[in-house]
Amino acid sequence: MSAGGNGDSGYETIIGLEIHVELDTVSKMFCGCPTRFGEDPNTQVCPVCLGLPGALPVANWKAIEYTIKSGLALSCEIAEFTQFHRKNYFYPDMAKNYQISQYDLPICTGGHLDVETDDVSRRVGITRVHLEEDTGKLIHVGGEGRIAGADYSIVDFNRSGIPLMEIVTEPDIRSPEEARAFMAKLRSILLSLGVSDCSMEQGSMRCDANLSLRPAGDTELGVKTEVKNMNSFRALVRALAFEVERQTKVLQAGETVEQETRHFDAAKNITTSLRTKEYAHDYRYFPEPDLVPIKVERAIVADMAGKLPELPDARRMRFIESIGLGAHEAHLLSDTKPMGDFFEECVDGGADPKAAANWILGELSMHLNATGLEIEDCAVTPKHLTQLLKLLDEGTISGKIAKAVFEEMYETGKLPGVIVDEKGMTQISDSDEIGRVVDAVLAENPKAVEELKAGKDRAIGFLVGQVMRLTKGRANPQMVNDLIKERL
Amino acid sequence: MELNELAISRLFPMRVMNQTNATQICEAFLAQIEGRDDKIKAFLHRVDADEVLEAAAAVDKHAAASSELVPLEGMPVALKDNLCTIGMPTTCSSKILKDYVPPYNATVVDRLADQKAIVAGKVNMDEFAFGSSTESSAYQVTANPWDLSRVPGGSSGGSAAAVAADMAAFALGSDTGGSIRQPASFCGVVGLKPTYGLVSRYGLVAFASSLDQIGPITKNVIDCAAVLEIIAGKDPADSTSVDREIPSYTGKLNGKIEGLKVAVVKELMGHGFQKEINFALDNAVLLFEQLGAQIEYISLPHLEYALPAYYIIGPAEASSNLARFDGVRYGHRTADADDMLEMYMKTRAEGFGAEAKRRIMLGTYALSAGYYEAYYGQALKIRTLIIQDFEKAFADHDILLSPTCPTTAFKQGEKLEDPLQMYLSDICTIPANLAGIPAISVPCGVASGLPVGLQIMGKHFDEVTLLNAAFAFERAFGWNLKPMFRDPSAKEK
Repeated sequence: MSAGGNGDSGYETIIGLEIHVELDTVSKMFCGCPTRFGEDPNTQVCPVCLGLPGALPVANWKAIEYTIKSGLALSCEIAEFTQFHRKNYFYPDMAKNYQISQYDLPICTGGHLDVETDDVSRRVGITRVHLEEDTGKLIHVGGEGRIAGADYSIVDFNRSGIPLMEIVTEPDIRSPEEARAFMAKLRSILLSLGVSDCSMEQGSMRCDANLSLRPAGDTELGVKTEVKNMNSFRALVRALAFEVERQTKVLQAGETVEQETRHFDAAKNITTSLRTKEYAHDYRYFPEPDLVPIKVERAIVADMAGKLPELPDARRMRFIESIGLGAHEAHLLSDTKPMGDFFEECVDGGADPKAAANWILGELSMHLNATGLEIEDCAVTPKHLTQLLKLLDEGTISGKIAKAVFEEMYETGKLPGVIVDEKGMTQISDSDEIGRVVDAVLAENPKAVEELKAGKDRAIGFLVGQVMRLTKGRANPQMVNDLIKERL
Repeated sequence: MELNELAISRLFPMRVMNQTNATQICEAFLAQIEGRDDKIKAFLHRVDADEVLEAAAAVDKHAAASSELVPLEGMPVALKDNLCTIGMPTTCSSKILKDYVPPYNATVVDRLADQKAIVAGKVNMDEFAFGSSTESSAYQVTANPWDLSRVPGGSSGGSAAAVAADMAAFALGSDTGGSIRQPASFCGVVGLKPTYGLVSRYGLVAFASSLDQIGPITKNVIDCAAVLEIIAGKDPADSTSVDREIPSYTGKLNGKIEGLKVAVVKELMGHGFQKEINFALDNAVLLFEQLGAQIEYISLPHLEYALPAYYIIGPAEASSNLARFDGVRYGHRTADADDMLEMYMKTRAEGFGAEAKRRIMLGTYALSAGYYEAYYGQALKIRTLIIQDFEKAFADHDILLSPTCPTTAFKQGEKLEDPLQMYLSDICTIPANLAGIPAISVPCGVASGLPVGLQIMGKHFDEVTLLNAAFAFERAFGWNLKPMFRDPSAKEK
């Protein structure tokens, strides 16, 4: 059973996700203010996103386009007629005390996303994808950092009005691990569409989960809790695993789960009760009269569908079927767009696909992890790797040397050819030259020679190693091997 | 006649012929404000006289060097206090926006500024435009210039009173259910509610977004057309403003209405109306006939439900539009509150007047879970039926006629304690807002010394026909009466 599962408790875990994604548009959802992150408080604002009296919203078509694209990528139905509604509730981070959102006519409905985990592949239904505006940010001073008990609170409206795409799934997810896999896949799709930077840490991708348990085999849903404040994939898995365990205990004790909102505390790895549903808001949704309903022309949708970039799933299949990669490598390389692009550039440049895949997933990924860099930010480009693979393939350098060259080019950004020339790392493939060293090594190591003759194959490794040592790794290892065998 | 008694249609040619200039015009209006407004109480905020004259001098200087003069140049305008003005208070006659100064201009204010019209000040209104008498203002009660003991109508009562009392060359008001036409009728001036979407609402503090329109209040129909052609037209900042060619409304006024198909709406006449109102309507119909129009009496059966539908839709939208007045960012905030909820509740309890609270509660209720379909949903259906009624009527007719109001101006305080009676004052004007069609009120008679208004309704975006019909009527009727500032309380003494 995967992490966080409820094993043999006899309960089935039911999870539905509600994901908010800040769209990467230049301007806000309903005004022309910039969406830049990290600017001084209340500097990216205007009468509209401050909710000043008399100001009116104008919808940002780019955000609608991004939402349609996302919907298409999630196999959704794109509405022909869509409308914004007002969601009414009072909170100081809401400039107008209503949020312009969508209600019964969202832009996208009824899609799905197939998710693989170690155990299973599952189709997760997408209920809807809609568009709304983000709120401002509250900072509570004094007390415990929450609004209750704070001495005072201050508001930054820079975030107010940033386009927010909400994706709601069906309760089709069956474990915290699956929830993580869903989020990871969704993220890679949205990244390849270029609609958001999808950073959970910076809050441009946020996720709430509805989680309930039911006796295995039951068809009715149990009482759910809503879990909030999961700011990383890790937090998501941990919070949900905790919640599964907590609800299991409650049910096993013969008690009932209370319907409530729970807050994940990442420091303690637990969820705590935030508020019960008794205080559920009546949002008094009604059509936003300041915006005209939107007719989405079919031709525009068809055009967008035709222009969608290749999505991770399709790319993975192509890597397997046309390029001949194994399923695992193909999955890893297609998961994020930059990694896949890097790989394809290498192949287009003439690199052997399998070798390129091995180097990207091995040496390069290891270095990226160690230095905390993204593939597009590091000094090694597809051109570097392709050249390195060529040097290897031609026998100019050995595999061992190649690793040293990689190290150097990762650090300096120099092309491998340059590094090899500068340091005289060219592989020795001259059999006379290698032969002389082999002779010397055999003469110096009579014991190993005896062992080899006696049939101990292990000894050949030692002898090859000695030749490599003396040639500073530059001798062609296959030739060394052959020459030793020849001489005995 | 003093300059301030003249319409823009008279003042403009005089400027062109160098018989007067902006400075003289502004001086006359300033003197009138100085002399009259202590009794009328139209102005909430008066622009400093020096500032007005400075602007007038700039206009004159520019005019001397230019051969191209435009009608609104140098004309003092009174702005309803729900139109945002940079550097000038915009209170909506509410305590909750006391001293609030917007950092931006409403689009219409900018458009007037482009014409070098000169803002004389901000004028009184019913709080957030909720009312028909301007008595729900948190600041002052405005008097009707014809009879100081009576109301000027509302909610744009300050705008209509300022124009009627010759304190502004023209005014802008807003009309959600009759708030331009009803006070125009009560004060004997011309008031137009344009087609929904013709004039940008950007910078108009919203009452009911799907019903609100800004429009002119003027001394005559030509002035009305002159103001409309400046403020009309697509504004990228208002998604509901419509992108279409704006004709020269003044250029299209020829006064010829022969063959015009005119219908009188049976549901908007007679029953329960003051009898002089009915006489005035009959006279008006006769006049239209004499001008060559074809008259028919028609029925719009669903108008019966216009008032109840309006009192669901209007308050529902208002309850949401007024949510932003919470003391967090601007406006009034209660002096003592221990937590957020208390701050909200006290701020709003202290800041809003009775009628605002009534409408917020009505609207909140109408939108609540479990009631939405029964109230808001039903009201929207009625609205659709009313729109269809008008579509049918306009298939065979060019304009529709009715009284603007069932009565002439009523006494101050008379309907204050009876909201339903107050609401009935708008029974003839509300349908045009629900249907989004243009409608104008023009003076059509006097009853016991008080003006009576004729309402003419037109087709969507057919302000040309509407204004021309109003112009023809106005010319034929020959309205030339002026308010006498009668003060019954002074006589009693």
